[in-house]
Amino acid sequence: MQHVVVAAIGAIVNLDHPAHIIEWHFIKLTVSNVIVIGLMFVAFFAAILLPFPGSGARREARRGGDKS
Amino acid sequence: MSVSPPRPKSWTVRVREAGVEALPPEKLLPDGQPTYVASWIYVFGVASIAALVVIIGSGTILALKGPAWWHYTGIGHFFNSIHMWAVELFFFAMVVHLWGKYWMAAWRGGRTRVWITGAVTFLVAVPTALTGYVSQQNFDAQWISTQAKDAMNSVGVGAFFNLTNFGQMYSYHVLIMPLAVVGLVGAHVLLVRRHGVVPPLPFHAARAGADVPAAVREGPSTPTGPSNGVA
Repeated sequence: MQHVVVAAIGAIVNLDHPAHIIEWHFIKLTVSNVIVIGLMFVAFFAAILLPFPGSGARREARRGGDKS
Repeated sequence: MSVSPPRPKSWTVRVREAGVEALPPEKLLPDGQPTYVASWIYVFGVASIAALVVIIGSGTILALKGPAWWHYTGIGHFFNSIHMWAVELFFFAMVVHLWGKYWMAAWRGGRTRVWITGAVTFLVAVPTALTGYVSQQNFDAQWISTQAKDAMNSVGVGAFFNLTNFGQMYSYHVLIMPLAVVGLVGAHVLLVRRHGVVPPLPFHAARAGADVPAAVREGPSTPTGPSNGVA
């Protein structure tokens, strides 16, 4: 069973090869690192732009006369 | 009737008084935070600390069991992977938190040390991870150490940091560097408690409206309390 799971996951992304490299002038990065950096940018902008759960309600509560 | 002279304060009393003055209990363990703390950026800060806890825990188990265990047993592979992926998450979350705080100018209002401890934590975490890579006891570690030693030699510190010396790198990785990272993170959290979370920048504060009092927007520090829009 374990071998089946490992084989199934391994079939999604074949990692049995030397890393793919992206070169641009002096910048040299592996594809995997580029993906991680891209995900960090996605997470960063999502963290800025997405409203935090309940933050609107708190703000409204403050403006609605809850001055305690 | 004679009056006895006041007893000189012992160092423990002086330390206690200085500690309570710097961080009174209501600041150290507050029961509320300003509404602007409700932001995903702080979730990434807390996620960094959570990942660090997993790193320390899994790393302790790996150190106790040794290289043969983490290379040749299934449970060893599991903890090895937990350790590695926790480090990935630690850096991921820390970088997002760091970017967010940079663009929020988090050093405002006397919070220079808060920013510095956070930024230096990132810088110290990088060699902490590097010494982990070269402590794996496999061909990957050999390759990285023989490549990285050239970088050390090129900047003239090869006599002090020999990346091909497993014992030295392992000592750095399991003792010295983790102490530095945990100490810096602890100082960072305590400084955040002392100075409060930085209020939004003026144009963000205008959008937040009544959440941020003017005195807080422009003041040197952020008091935490009911008058400060505590959530």
